Amino acid sequence: MKRRPSLTGIAGLIVVVLIVVLAALAPLLAPHGEAELVGEVWAPPSADAWLGTDNLGRDLLSRLLYGGRITLVIALAATLLAMVIGCVLGFTAAIRGGWIDTILARAVDAVMAIPTLIFALVLLSVLGTSNPILIGTIACLASTRVFRLSRAIAGNIVALEYFEAARLRGERLPWLMAREVLPNALPPLTAEFGLRLCANFLFIAALSFLGLGIQPPLADWGGMVRDNAGAISYGGLAPLVPAAAIGVFAIATNLVVDWSLAHQAGLRD
Amino acid sequence: MTRLVLQRVALGFLTIFLVSVLIFAGTEILPGNVATAVLGQSATPETVEAMRRSLGLHDPAVVRYLRWLGAFASGDPGTSLTTGRPVGADLWQRLQNTFFLAGVAAAIAVPLALVLGITTAIFRDTLYDRLANILALAAISLPEFFIGYLLILLFSVQMGWLPSLATVAPGMGLGERLATIALPVATLVLAVLAYMMRMTRTAVLDVMARPYVEMAVLKGVPPARLVLRHALPNALAPIIQVVAFNLAYLVVGVVLVEVVFVYPGIGQYLVDAVAKRDVTVVQACGLVFAATYVGLNVLADILVILANPRLRYAR
Repeated sequence: MKRRPSLTGIAGLIVVVLIVVLAALAPLLAPHGEAELVGEVWAPPSADAWLGTDNLGRDLLSRLLYGGRITLVIALAATLLAMVIGCVLGFTAAIRGGWIDTILARAVDAVMAIPTLIFALVLLSVLGTSNPILIGTIACLASTRVFRLSRAIAGNIVALEYFEAARLRGERLPWLMAREVLPNALPPLTAEFGLRLCANFLFIAALSFLGLGIQPPLADWGGMVRDNAGAISYGGLAPLVPAAAIGVFAIATNLVVDWSLAHQAGLRD
Repeated sequence: MTRLVLQRVALGFLTIFLVSVLIFAGTEILPGNVATAVLGQSATPETVEAMRRSLGLHDPAVVRYLRWLGAFASGDPGTSLTTGRPVGADLWQRLQNTFFLAGVAAAIAVPLALVLGITTAIFRDTLYDRLANILALAAISLPEFFIGYLLILLFSVQMGWLPSLATVAPGMGLGERLATIALPVATLVLAVLAYMMRMTRTAVLDVMARPYVEMAVLKGVPPARLVLRHALPNALAPIIQVVAFNLAYLVVGVVLVEVVFVYPGIGQYLVDAVAKRDVTVVQACGLVFAATYVGLNVLADILVILANPRLRYAR
């Protein structure tokens, strides 16, 4: 059966790629510097500042480009770290089994019983906020979900004959994880990567909006919403522009993940 | 069945205990640093030492944990490190505000989501169903603060119907209170409605695909009766799970919404305390949030047991 390409999936992919390229090229594309004052506070859009200016008179468009870059980089780093931690622990639990499995699973259950945002706030109150700490905290909290998924997937693979053969050959744990389990676990893990990236992106935006994420003077989308919130009382659109950017990126990522999941389901038929 | 329910409750208490250990451990990562954090980098070693002694930071962590948990259980979560006020009174006042906000939002969102979910399942693949699904997908992905500021811009700034800041005072009447929190409630409802609706629709459709429903169709049961009497009872368990999950989410999502609308709830209290590194307040708020979250999940488990006739009799 020939599959029709999904229109929404392609549209989502185009938007994601566009946002990533624009953010990556921020220093080349931005008409003004990240912290450069260009005009009045909350000036309306003009030829010089296409989207107007922010609460300190900085160019909103330039900050949007720079802000996208730092938010995406941190989300990406946190997601990659979470995938590595989650997969290594999840595969180990599934392959070794026994008490290692029990202890890891119980610990993850306990962490997941606390709402992520609340646990992150408790940790950040003690550790303070800096970008490495932000990445580490988010990665640890996100890795619990990756752990559950990778453990479930690896549990199915461990029961297969080819894995048993590898084990009887006497292969060690790193080989078993990387060469026997990982290749067959890759498709569902890729979809999970997309979901986690989207969730972490929204999470960082939320933390920055609360003033506890990426710190000024670095521009980031959540923080820009917070900084410009006052403009709303004058009917200004300044806080809605970065908020909408967050929403557009999240929707586009979800569309791509939906497409990839539907594609995988199609392959299995 | 009683045994099953009691097991769930016991498990819930065990989870809350574990969570309290985790929250305490989370604030212990940098031992003794609380004093330095509160007093600042410029404090002399003597003042830091005095503060550490007055807070009892020299005791082993286990002793401090038990003392903290004991005091918390007897209703005294300590005094704030930054303001010196007892946390208990502030916490209680703000907790009531938050529960009021989340309660009103839940009272609107849950029935609305069930009706929308069931009707989209009945009229599936019609224009109504597709429209509702597209709107739901959009609402799921949008951050709460975007919805919040959009509502402020539309209803408060442009139309001038409702206040943009939800500042409630203790002496307010119920009507006035409801008008003040209309916008935050609307934001919360929009944030949880879509997911609940979609999951209800999926749960009902899942049951509709079973042979016994086909049998009912073939013998000529009208569509409304088919969904309400034949499909819905078997779809109850997943629906209860989803509703509980979203109510738990509501308790957390309330943090962002409270900050957007400057609402004097426990979420705002927590965020302020984190910014000021007021560990006592953070611990107390964290434990209250986590306990509510765990409590709602246990309640859902119990309701699922009650909704399933097969579990009602002891084997």
